[in-house]
Amino acid sequence: MQDFGAAFRLAGHLLVSGDPDLLEIVARSLAVSLGAVLVACLIGLPLGALIGFLRFPGRRAIVVFLNALMGLPPVVIGLLVYMMLSRAGPLGPLGLLYTPTAMVIAQAVLVTPLVAALARQTVETLAAEYDEYFQSLAVPWHAALGALLWDGRSALVTVALAGFGRAIAEVGAVIIVGGNIDHLTRVMTTAIALETSKGDLALALALGMVLILLSVGVNAAVMGVRSRAVEAGHG
Amino acid sequence: MADGTLPPVLTSSHPIGGLTPLRMTGVRLVRKGQVLLNIEDLTIGSAGVTVLLGPNGAGKSLLLRVADGLVRPDAGAVTWGGLAPDGTVRRRIGFVFQQPVLLRRSVRANLKFAMGISGLWDRRKADRALEDAGLAGLGDRPARVLSGGERQRLALARALVLDPEVLLLDEPTASLDPAAVAAVEGMIGRAVARGLKVVLVTHDIGQARRLADEVIFLHRGQITEQAAARLFFADPRSAAAKAYLSGLLIP
Repeated sequence: MQDFGAAFRLAGHLLVSGDPDLLEIVARSLAVSLGAVLVACLIGLPLGALIGFLRFPGRRAIVVFLNALMGLPPVVIGLLVYMMLSRAGPLGPLGLLYTPTAMVIAQAVLVTPLVAALARQTVETLAAEYDEYFQSLAVPWHAALGALLWDGRSALVTVALAGFGRAIAEVGAVIIVGGNIDHLTRVMTTAIALETSKGDLALALALGMVLILLSVGVNAAVMGVRSRAVEAGHG
Repeated sequence: MADGTLPPVLTSSHPIGGLTPLRMTGVRLVRKGQVLLNIEDLTIGSAGVTVLLGPNGAGKSLLLRVADGLVRPDAGAVTWGGLAPDGTVRRRIGFVFQQPVLLRRSVRANLKFAMGISGLWDRRKADRALEDAGLAGLGDRPARVLSGGERQRLALARALVLDPEVLLLDEPTASLDPAAVAAVEGMIGRAVARGLKVVLVTHDIGQARRLADEVIFLHRGQITEQAAARLFFADPRSAAAKAYLSGLLIP
């Protein structure tokens, strides 16, 4: 217990003093995860919105598949992306393996189904509500889709935040494709795993605290967005 | 209107060769073996308020949706001035639902969206429409925080601001208090006085008496009676209408 106490004190010191190593890892984690969420939103939001809005044969099967993808284990995604990016893989010539870009790709693959599935749900619910009005007004499909995305913006922001929460806390995929290389691909979760295995609990705890703070911050932001939307009658 | 006089001739800017009359011939809609609508021949003319009256489940709202092309019948033909109710025709018809569908935007933005779709956005016109609906000063308020009566008046204003040739109203005052009902009926009355054709679904006999120039009585998906309002209320011919007007519970 004394070791734990010392580790907590040291972790606190690292945080308060702004330890350069710690800040570098936090900054890289944020950059990778925000990049991944950006890519995931660029792909997942329109994809989910289209699936939620359009009616076509096989749509139900696609929805089931999309929902299933949300539960894919990160290590499996890491493995698949590793195979794609490894020297023998189809994207091997790009030389992306063990780079932050590879980590962005892996996290984007992980988060895109989540963003698409939640966006689909949001847009579908709103589309059902607006359906008869839009039909009675003969609203063109692109205007209807734009209106659904705009009116569902509060919910879609929370979708993006949920995606960020999943990306920032993920370890399995980034450790496979990033390799946890110091000063290059080390992020908070992989650093925690490494430092814990080495018995250096202080840095692991300090990074864990940052992760928890980020998690609390993301959840607070989600609640803030939702309550503002409800107050404004947009929820 | 209810006094038996017909409103003035249409004064809208729409060209001659408008959407009325509405004609339905051989319209039939069956779901799960049950006949929901069976209209042999129906013509609704160009003037005044036509009220579709009848008990719950008679097919009134369904008839309105079929008329607007929102529901496609299994058989039969629906035409507005000879035209099928496609998107182009629907844009010339206003439709207000029992539960108003309001976008998650401000009051004015709801009008802006509807007018923008038809390329008619005009802020001053929108503000005049809000004034007519008694919603002046509420333009920037989120539409979904309005009271029930305000929401329905907004839905009505949003339909009227597009200068429709016909207005279809599906129980627009259901679940509203008397003051809110009076405000909505006032808007309808002013629109009719300007020459708008209104087709109104209601099961409120009092409202039908106040507003109707013509009554179409539906029972179990069929029209049992179509008559001038005065005649209908004075001497209903069908047994179902007689029972309904006398307050009997008809299945």
